[in-house]
Amino acid sequence: MSGASMWEAIGGIVRRDLLLAMRRRSDAAMSVFFLVIVVSLFPLGVGPEPAVLRTIGPGVLWVAALLACLLSLGRVFTADYLDGVLEQMVLIPQPLAVLVVAKVLGHWLISGLPVVLLSPLLGLQFGLSGESLGVLVMSLLLGTPTLSMIGAIGAALVLGVRGSGLLVALLVLPLYVPILIFGAGAVTSSMAGIGGEANLSLLGACLVLSLFLAPWATAAAVRIALE
Amino acid sequence: MSGKVYPRLYPCPLFFHALFPYSRRALSVELLMLQAVSLRCSRGERRLFSDLNVKVERGSLLAVVGENGSGKTSLLRIFSGLLPPEQGSVLWDGQDIHQLKELYSGQLTYIGHLNGIKDDLTPLENVTSSMSLAGEACSNNGAKEALEAIGLKRPIHHLPSKVLSQGQKRRVALARLWLSTRPLWLLDEPFTSLDTAATTVVTQRLHAHLHRGGLAVVVTHQEVALPSETVQRLNLTE
Repeated sequence: MSGASMWEAIGGIVRRDLLLAMRRRSDAAMSVFFLVIVVSLFPLGVGPEPAVLRTIGPGVLWVAALLACLLSLGRVFTADYLDGVLEQMVLIPQPLAVLVVAKVLGHWLISGLPVVLLSPLLGLQFGLSGESLGVLVMSLLLGTPTLSMIGAIGAALVLGVRGSGLLVALLVLPLYVPILIFGAGAVTSSMAGIGGEANLSLLGACLVLSLFLAPWATAAAVRIALE
Repeated sequence: MSGKVYPRLYPCPLFFHALFPYSRRALSVELLMLQAVSLRCSRGERRLFSDLNVKVERGSLLAVVGENGSGKTSLLRIFSGLLPPEQGSVLWDGQDIHQLKELYSGQLTYIGHLNGIKDDLTPLENVTSSMSLAGEACSNNGAKEALEAIGLKRPIHHLPSKVLSQGQKRRVALARLWLSTRPLWLLDEPFTSLDTAATTVVTQRLHAHLHRGGLAVVVTHQEVALPSETVQRLNLTE
């Protein structure tokens, strides 16, 4: 298969997913609103003490981003599975992993990228400094695609299972732990003045590793679901 | 699989081209033969069929019939490569389809019992997006012609598909047959919820496909009104 037709296939799937998200804006906006509300609840609950907020800020933002990603995982494959589009996608003359990469890319553009773009604004609520805000954006930029990649494995595994929302959380959350530690750690260490580079490098490594392994794992899970 | 484009092998009468413009397109494969070798399939504990041998050659249609639950759809999914057979193999031009993988996917058009159309997209968008997914990108006009060929009038092309009736949705799914240049068609109950007019049109389309040297496997419990020399029946109940 030529490289050009592979990019065409990826582009076609991403375009279609974005078009579908545009038709159902409320669905797509839901996880972003969830993030905003959860993050805004913490200052209200914990109280306006700047030192406390600054300490918990990175962790809260990262946990909220992670849960927002988890909420939207159901959309990656389920709808396509139910209306038979997934069958058609599996039968395209491209390796299945290509389809998975395209679906994950679409998922990230719809639910991951808005989180990254909103995060500086939300970080301000916790009194994060300019430099830490930069590190926060960088860490989310590297971390959220990894979350989508790992989440896709879980989303594919629970296809056709009833009550899959909770199951996917149980499957995927343990795998999210390293990303959460490195992501929140990057921001915390930059606030402590030791720079977030080490943690950001680890996040980058996680992204590369998930890009390499997750598509194959997800493709295998999709095949099993369609049998 | 070679990418050579062969000239049309069978001469068609002129009126045929007027009726089915797409039959003029030659299919780009050499031999064209689908063969099942001692297939066995079980779902759960139940053995659906075993030691099933069947051969479909170019220009012929395999009509798979049988009672509900006799494994018709499973057989079609095995042919499509979605379901690996428990035993035996499916050969396309003598090569195992699970080795050919994407090369084989590039030879077939599969329309399952699910329509594979998105409720939020219009029929036109559904046809163009599923064709471009399949790697056979078509123009908007091409898609419109295909939808009209199957009896969906222009005003319907721009409605969201969720407001369509079952039969209309089925037509949207089947409109792909007017655009497909793939030699092998695998259709699961294509005539379900279609009215007689649409059934006739789809049958004619199948005829044109066979006439230009294509193959088809059709799961159905209706008689397919095609010349008997082109139709091979496989009854899974017997």
